[in-house]
Amino acid sequence: MLGYLARRIAAAAFILVGVTVITFSLSYLMPADPVAMIAGRNSTAETRQLIRQQLGLDRPLVIQYTSYVARLAQGDFGRSYARKTDVGDLIWSRLPATLLLMLGAIVAELLIGIPAGIYAATRRGKKADKAVMTLSFVGVSAPQFVVGLSLLYVFAYMLGWLPLGGYGTFAHLVLPALTLGIAGGGWYSRMMRSSMVDVLRQDYVRTARAKGVPEWRVVLKHALRNAILPIVAMIGLDVGIFMSGTVVVESVFGWPGIGQLMWQAIQGIDIPIIMGVTTVAAAFIIVGNLLADLVAPLVDPRIRLR
Amino acid sequence: MNKPIMAAAAALALLAACPALADQPKQGGAAVVTFNNDLTTLDPQVGYDWQNWSVIKSIFDGLMDYKPGTTELEPDLAESYTVSEDGLTYTFKLRSGVKFHNGRTMTSADVKWSLEHAINPTTQSPGGGYLSAIAGYDDITGGKSTELSGVSTPDDATVVITLSRPDATFLHIMAINFAYVVPKEEVEKAGADWGKQPVGTGAFRFVEWVPGQRIVLERNKDYYKAGAPYLDKLTFEFGLDPTVAVLKLKNGEIDIVGDGIPPAQFTEAMADSANQDLIAKGDQLHTGYVTMNVNTPPLDNLKVRQAINMAINKDRIVKIINNRAVVAAQALPPAMPGYNPDNEGYPFDPEGAKKLLAEAGLGDGFTIELYAMNVDPNPRIAQAIQQDLAAIGIKIEIKSLNQAEVIAAGGSGKAPMIWSGGMAWIADFPDPNNFYYGILGCEGAVEGGWNWSKYCNQALDDRGHVADAMVKDDQQAERIELWKGIFDDVLKDAPWAPVFNEIRFTYHSARLGGDPVLYTDPIHIPVNYDYIFAKDAQ
Repeated sequence: MLGYLARRIAAAAFILVGVTVITFSLSYLMPADPVAMIAGRNSTAETRQLIRQQLGLDRPLVIQYTSYVARLAQGDFGRSYARKTDVGDLIWSRLPATLLLMLGAIVAELLIGIPAGIYAATRRGKKADKAVMTLSFVGVSAPQFVVGLSLLYVFAYMLGWLPLGGYGTFAHLVLPALTLGIAGGGWYSRMMRSSMVDVLRQDYVRTARAKGVPEWRVVLKHALRNAILPIVAMIGLDVGIFMSGTVVVESVFGWPGIGQLMWQAIQGIDIPIIMGVTTVAAAFIIVGNLLADLVAPLVDPRIRLR
Repeated sequence: MNKPIMAAAAALALLAACPALADQPKQGGAAVVTFNNDLTTLDPQVGYDWQNWSVIKSIFDGLMDYKPGTTELEPDLAESYTVSEDGLTYTFKLRSGVKFHNGRTMTSADVKWSLEHAINPTTQSPGGGYLSAIAGYDDITGGKSTELSGVSTPDDATVVITLSRPDATFLHIMAINFAYVVPKEEVEKAGADWGKQPVGTGAFRFVEWVPGQRIVLERNKDYYKAGAPYLDKLTFEFGLDPTVAVLKLKNGEIDIVGDGIPPAQFTEAMADSANQDLIAKGDQLHTGYVTMNVNTPPLDNLKVRQAINMAINKDRIVKIINNRAVVAAQALPPAMPGYNPDNEGYPFDPEGAKKLLAEAGLGDGFTIELYAMNVDPNPRIAQAIQQDLAAIGIKIEIKSLNQAEVIAAGGSGKAPMIWSGGMAWIADFPDPNNFYYGILGCEGAVEGGWNWSKYCNQALDDRGHVADAMVKDDQQAERIELWKGIFDDVLKDAPWAPVFNEIRFTYHSARLGGDPVLYTDPIHIPVNYDYIFAKDAQ
């Protein structure tokens, strides 16, 4: 186990470095000039050259990259071009909001997806099954912008039950988490259904039924425990998906997370922020995947670590 | 019952019942303004986007300012000024008793230091170049000195500025954010975080900035202008999508939608009679145009550029944006001095355009790229232009990219045609000179410059310099006539196809009062926060 862990952590470090190289190269290969954005539209060539020198953007790319990584290793993400703020401060101040949203979304999608999947599996082939599967399809396909605005309009504006966007209390978390949860829930309901259908076909389930165990106990106690294993492993992957996928929801609901930050930074080619957010997000995705891989064999002894 | 309609009806009824009371500005109350994007900085020497521009104007002051809601200059931190005969020396007498928000009294030394700070390359000010007429500017940008030799302070209340060349726009420059007065000790203490903790002399003092969420300002009780500002507290909330912001405004949770009404809800909002008094409408110093690179064939042929001018159906484009603009036939917007109301520009005449193309030997048409910003409604406008030009035989390939990439393609000269939407020029100050050098003059036609048509007419540039040297009051009318002539000649050369001038619409709540022109202030864009008031203040 320890060897496995050590190998995975080494691989993770390697991947993280790769991510920084690729993001760095892409940022500089973009046919747009960050100095022009900073210097503004009235700038002369001399001003732009001065700014380029001050930011170290006139040095060869390799030198710029190595000095960036050297500072990164000490926890210094540099300063934003547009805001002059420390990028680390910007990211750490906004990361908790995105993590909270992620947590809320995961809870929402599990609360929606698992019961729906179980229900569909137990009514397999019948109208109820088809209905649930259609709804899940809609949930996965509906654009988050539309879902978010619709929920806001109905529950916050018309009914006034929940606040109209913003951040701060549990009430603020409900609608954004629900918006993300509907898409994820659709996905999980399908996974749950197929996993449950497989398990319900197993011999030991037949045995339990033959022994006279009530159906609900068969499903929820005996079958669920095994059917849920693939879902548990997938939750780790969700960390990665949500890290990058919250931009739209954060924009609609005014949620001050890193998705919004990244969006603004890309518009203004604020490279330090782009690098910083991508690196942090990549780190979280790697950790999430690692956790998923570690949890899977713990939960299902049939899986062997290699 | 529909809550917002009831509330608006009640407000209107109240207004109708006591018109006199409703119009008297009252001291007190608070207002909430929303923006989609967080402000980047509140540093006056650095902040240069339309969201932070007016917030900075409320926290800081400069030697000059404009009468609220107008483009008329008036002295601000300066109580009075005199200009020497040759136009090279400006003597400003400072108002006495002006205090920074930290309690210290402002003196002439602060004015001098602020100008030096703006010019100093380490500040990375996008507008330091505006101060280039001040003697000693080159020494600072060249790194030879940190002191501005052209500014002297004979006593605490007097600032004497000497220019290296006469500049008719100098007083406008003294009113621009980059020349605002900042306290040296606070700037140095805050270091790189100065933009997040501003300390100025303005109507509002800074209280807090929670990144990504809100900025809170409160009334400066020691503000030297008696009576202003009216509001006690001003909060800016960020991250809110404009569509949601409109819902919040209808709910009474916020007071001003800072980003303006989203295009998708514009028609509905304007049609709603409850909004009649709540949507202020005003002109902007803006023009939207198509640039044509005069070095890229076949756009190097004047007849081709004129044909393109005549082929674009501008009325249809204005309809595409729900009439939020007026058709433009020349480069300058109508609110700008130097605008020529008698110059009708090129008529909409597709047949005439085809004739011109045939005369240029391009009767069979040609294919060319049109760059546009990929945010709505610009792709739709680009498509309309594409259709208009297809009617005269020109095949347009649209390149819809993000703003920074289009700007880069324009600066490098790679883009043959660019639709300026989303990146169009809005004047930094109300003088025609600001609409020329950077975007139509030779100095902007360089690599990385904003003169995307790379149009360089040295004769016109020279006439501009002559006009800008006319600094006396009795020369101003003649100066504007000179500029009018310059722009008339630019239109003859057709480096641009002007399309429209945007109109600003600001949607605010019923509880906020003030002359509508304050909500579409051409200088304090979009809203002049110093003079709006809350009708429900106690």
